[in-house]
Amino acid sequence: MEFIYFDHISGTPLHPLVKEAMIKYIEENGFGNPSSQHRLGDAAIETLNNARENVAKLINAKPEEIVFTSGGTESINHAIKGVAFARAKKGKHIITSNIEHQSVSRTLRMLMRMGYQVTTMPVDSYGVVDPSDVEKAIRDDTILITIMHANNEIGTIEPIEEIGKIARQRNIIFHTDAVASCGNIPIDVNELNVDLLSLSANQFYGPPGVGALYIREKTPIFPLIDGGTQENNQRAGTQNILGIVGMGKAASLAKAEMPERTEHLLKLKRYFLDKLGTIDDIIVNGHPEKSLPGLVSFSVEYVEGESMMIMLDEKGICVSTRSACASGSLRASHVLIAIGRDYATAQGTLLFSFGIFNTIEQIDKAFVVLEETIKFLRNISPLYKKK
Amino acid sequence: MQYSDIVMEHFRSPKNVGRIENPDGIGEVGNPVCGDMMTITIKVKDERIEDIKFETFGCGAAIAVSSMVTEMAKGKTLEEALKITNKSVAEQLGGLPKNKLHCSNLGADALHKAIMDYYAKKEGKGKEPKKFEKEEYIGEREGKCHCPYCDTELPESAHYCKKCGKPISIK
Repeated sequence: MEFIYFDHISGTPLHPLVKEAMIKYIEENGFGNPSSQHRLGDAAIETLNNARENVAKLINAKPEEIVFTSGGTESINHAIKGVAFARAKKGKHIITSNIEHQSVSRTLRMLMRMGYQVTTMPVDSYGVVDPSDVEKAIRDDTILITIMHANNEIGTIEPIEEIGKIARQRNIIFHTDAVASCGNIPIDVNELNVDLLSLSANQFYGPPGVGALYIREKTPIFPLIDGGTQENNQRAGTQNILGIVGMGKAASLAKAEMPERTEHLLKLKRYFLDKLGTIDDIIVNGHPEKSLPGLVSFSVEYVEGESMMIMLDEKGICVSTRSACASGSLRASHVLIAIGRDYATAQGTLLFSFGIFNTIEQIDKAFVVLEETIKFLRNISPLYKKK
Repeated sequence: MQYSDIVMEHFRSPKNVGRIENPDGIGEVGNPVCGDMMTITIKVKDERIEDIKFETFGCGAAIAVSSMVTEMAKGKTLEEALKITNKSVAEQLGGLPKNKLHCSNLGADALHKAIMDYYAKKEGKGKEPKKFEKEEYIGEREGKCHCPYCDTELPESAHYCKKCGKPISIK
């Protein structure tokens, strides 16, 4: 069945050139261990270094500051636990926000069980953290601040640069979860003033199951996985080279094509938002400007999100209701509650995330189905006052 | 999504949608915190459910359950309708995913509540409504959240079910 994919925040399709690079690698080498001392090892090392350079360029880092991981969640676990353990003697206080992804909030909850203390920053109605709140929350024993770059449910981009400045002045390590943003908007780790930054290949048309952690030189951090000396002693275990080849290619494409991609995504987003404005009682979530270019979160009053999502899927339109990692939860999204939506409204939320291969025609098609779906479900709803 | 074909059919084209004007009984259950709300209205003639309609705010399973429970109750005597349980609704639907079983509770609850409302209205104020065995009448769950896996009642703030340990909210 032909379908329309508007769920890029859950994972992007493989770019054809990324696929080509991965197939080429399988055919030409495919199994060499980069830690081997013979020719196959040398070839693998070269491949690895090329990819590392491309990923470093994407965020204006040095290649030796890039550690390849199994994806965004591992990178985040590594950053948070790695600093918490390395700095445990200095203090056990960590600052975060109340709209973080589960890989941050649940990692912190685990640390709390081990005696760490966590202060959680609120956000405003757009989902923005106030840097002065962060400054006020800093204590003598604060060792780490972890605030996401762009929110994966509402798209809002946080003032990372300013928070980073504060962290630097106070000599506190600063991590940002840039999984949703990296490869989709320009990132410069020096402008952002971050020490650690997590990213995932599958958010910018690379393969799933591979990511990276940026670790600024001299940052005190322990590895998450112990063993061999791979990845500059920060991540033991033979690298997932095939995935890394894909990630490197995806990073170089993202860097080269970013202005065109952003322009295209913004065009799709604006077009969709204009159409959405014609339906009654819809609330668009997130910041109107400081937001990811391809993502639209909106709450449809009087109906529930999952029923809309399934009905759209029936007609071949793939969207989501919330973070894919939280889809097992039946409660309203913590992000939507944090920005002040009431429970019924939060439950009626859909997430449309467009990608570089989507078209205006696809939006036209999907919108007709969306309108029908909302009308159909509102007609069933006890909350909808029939007009 | 692991919904059965029957669930999808009832979700796609639900039966008995709407609200009966001047109903003989009305049953409202659920709350938006848990994600589902259901209203069932009935018309009763000679102690038999002559007409029944529903309105539901909820997931695909909740809508399918509402449609199925109204189909099952239509034309039945009140005594027979009270014997419809959440389990029989789920069975008729060809099963529900584990974390959606609570939706079937909602359906039977709303139906039983509508019938109880009918009895209460009929017997008038001051009189005790007809008593039922606990298994038959389970309409007391309104406004409370239950574990979707084992149906234990939960406080609103719970992240985990205290009985079966399954996560309720991911935050």
